[in-house]
Amino acid sequence: MSAALRPQRGQLPDLSRVTAVDETGVEERVARFRTRSIKTSSKVEALKLVLSMIDLTTLEGQDTPGKVRQLCQKAIHLHDSMPGLPTVAAVCVYPTMVAVAKRALGEHRIAVASVATAFPSGMAPLKVKLDDTKAAVDAGADEIDMVISRGAFLQGDYGYVFDEIAAIKEACGDAHLKVILETGELSTLDNVRRASVLAMHAGADFIKTSTGKIQPAATMPVTLVMLQAIRDFHTETGRMIGMKPAGGISNSKLAIHYLVMLRETLGTAWMTPEWFRFGASSLANDVLMQLQKQATGVYQSADYFSLD
Amino acid sequence: MATTNARVPVAKTYKLYIGGKFPRTESGRYYALRDATGQVLANVCRASRKDFREAVVAARKAQPGWAAASAYLRGQVLYRIAEMLEGRREQFVAEMALEGVAKKAAQAEVDAAIDRLIYYAGWADKYQQVFSSVNPVASSHFNFSVLEPTGVVAILAPEASGLLGLVSNVAPCIVGGNACVVLASESLPLNAVSFAEVLHASDVPGGVVNVLTGRRAELAVQFASHMDVNAVVWNDGDNDAEREIQQAAADNIKRVVGRAATDWQKDAAQNPYLIADTMEVKTTWHPVGS
Repeated sequence: MSAALRPQRGQLPDLSRVTAVDETGVEERVARFRTRSIKTSSKVEALKLVLSMIDLTTLEGQDTPGKVRQLCQKAIHLHDSMPGLPTVAAVCVYPTMVAVAKRALGEHRIAVASVATAFPSGMAPLKVKLDDTKAAVDAGADEIDMVISRGAFLQGDYGYVFDEIAAIKEACGDAHLKVILETGELSTLDNVRRASVLAMHAGADFIKTSTGKIQPAATMPVTLVMLQAIRDFHTETGRMIGMKPAGGISNSKLAIHYLVMLRETLGTAWMTPEWFRFGASSLANDVLMQLQKQATGVYQSADYFSLD
Repeated sequence: MATTNARVPVAKTYKLYIGGKFPRTESGRYYALRDATGQVLANVCRASRKDFREAVVAARKAQPGWAAASAYLRGQVLYRIAEMLEGRREQFVAEMALEGVAKKAAQAEVDAAIDRLIYYAGWADKYQQVFSSVNPVASSHFNFSVLEPTGVVAILAPEASGLLGLVSNVAPCIVGGNACVVLASESLPLNAVSFAEVLHASDVPGGVVNVLTGRRAELAVQFASHMDVNAVVWNDGDNDAEREIQQAAADNIKRVVGRAATDWQKDAAQNPYLIADTMEVKTTWHPVGS
């Protein structure tokens, strides 16, 4: 990395010098991850790790306190008839639901993550976004999932996006900041890489693929590019950044492929809920069904697992 | 250089039918189907339990939509299957000939299979009237019972009747709004795969019928034990085999339907009770009066 890319902390790097991404190479690498076969006891360990990394999510306009409490109950009691299960890492809700989630989770060690900054579009004045963030933090959110201004990013106004993220980071206080790039709207892997570098320099604790409201959401190629950006950032600065693919990861097999990719890109240090999360709603039940299948040898039915 | 080459016939690949697609088995295993002289007729997919699992997922996904279709439409679709089968009679007869069935018997079997589809197509909008009831109760309630599809049905098709046996089990199952996964006869599988192609061309939504080929001994317990299967229908086997199925089915209290020793050629082998076999009775108590 050139000197221009090694700014003081809190300074915008020269994004025109970010390494170009070889799309074909990324596709081929991802195809390799998909061929890894994780079976028996390794599979059980992987599934439990996936469970512990899930941000159980409900982000609908129709969310009610009742729905959020139900989600929190699910987070606490994933499947009580199966002993030895971890809990999920966090529940992820809208700012207005943070207090409800906080109360419902009580003393349990499950974090409350809140989306903020006019999620999912991010089309609001900075002041509104800051108020949105502060409201979520004041309500007790442990983690903030913000969206970047894709419009500004795409027209090259990197400074605006950088300053915005930095301002939100400041508003977060002690809360962890996850920065959603919404890669489905960034159109190229080069842009994904650029946005990742920008977000990390601006103060992101985590970078996250998607809101889940835009298709495509998380894909393995996009996630690989972001993981590589995290690796290079770590090499340059010594700072670890977390990764959260979100949206579209609904089955265990795919989730395990993500873990393989994580292991082979960033190594074991990142393989904890502290540094890697899955943003998902229906993934938890599929993982639970797979674990039950491993324990009993019998294929399972959603009829016997709690609703998500 | 002028040479005359005899045309090389194109052999058909007999594949599975899952979710409206024709995949090979994920296991990569096949068994050779041979004629009386020992000549290999085809390499038939030996479906694995994972293929079965995929088929159940497809069936589960397709079932609500199929059940929500009007009875009239389901009847029309069954009728359409019969039409498509009629147009391909010769193919089915020829395949049976390969498997060693005499031509006359083969023709009779295809005809009976077509007629059976028409028979159940006719029942589509009639079985409900026959099996539903208004029940006298002592309280001030209007009490009535109707049939609802049980959901996903796993069928072990008859071994001795490759086409007619399969059709006679699938048609009454799907006419009521169930989706099914059917394991074809192990020794007579060719017609089953070709019948899947007929289904595919007959407005049957993908996933409503899924056809597997393979070893019964290997798959029967999987059919009976899968928690997301609501009923299992079996056609062959002794007491031990039945006990095994009954026990494996007990975990989620599946409906178990045994149809051993049925002569599918007979008219008596078709009746509306076969529809009721894979239906659930829902009784509603509706308050009336003061």
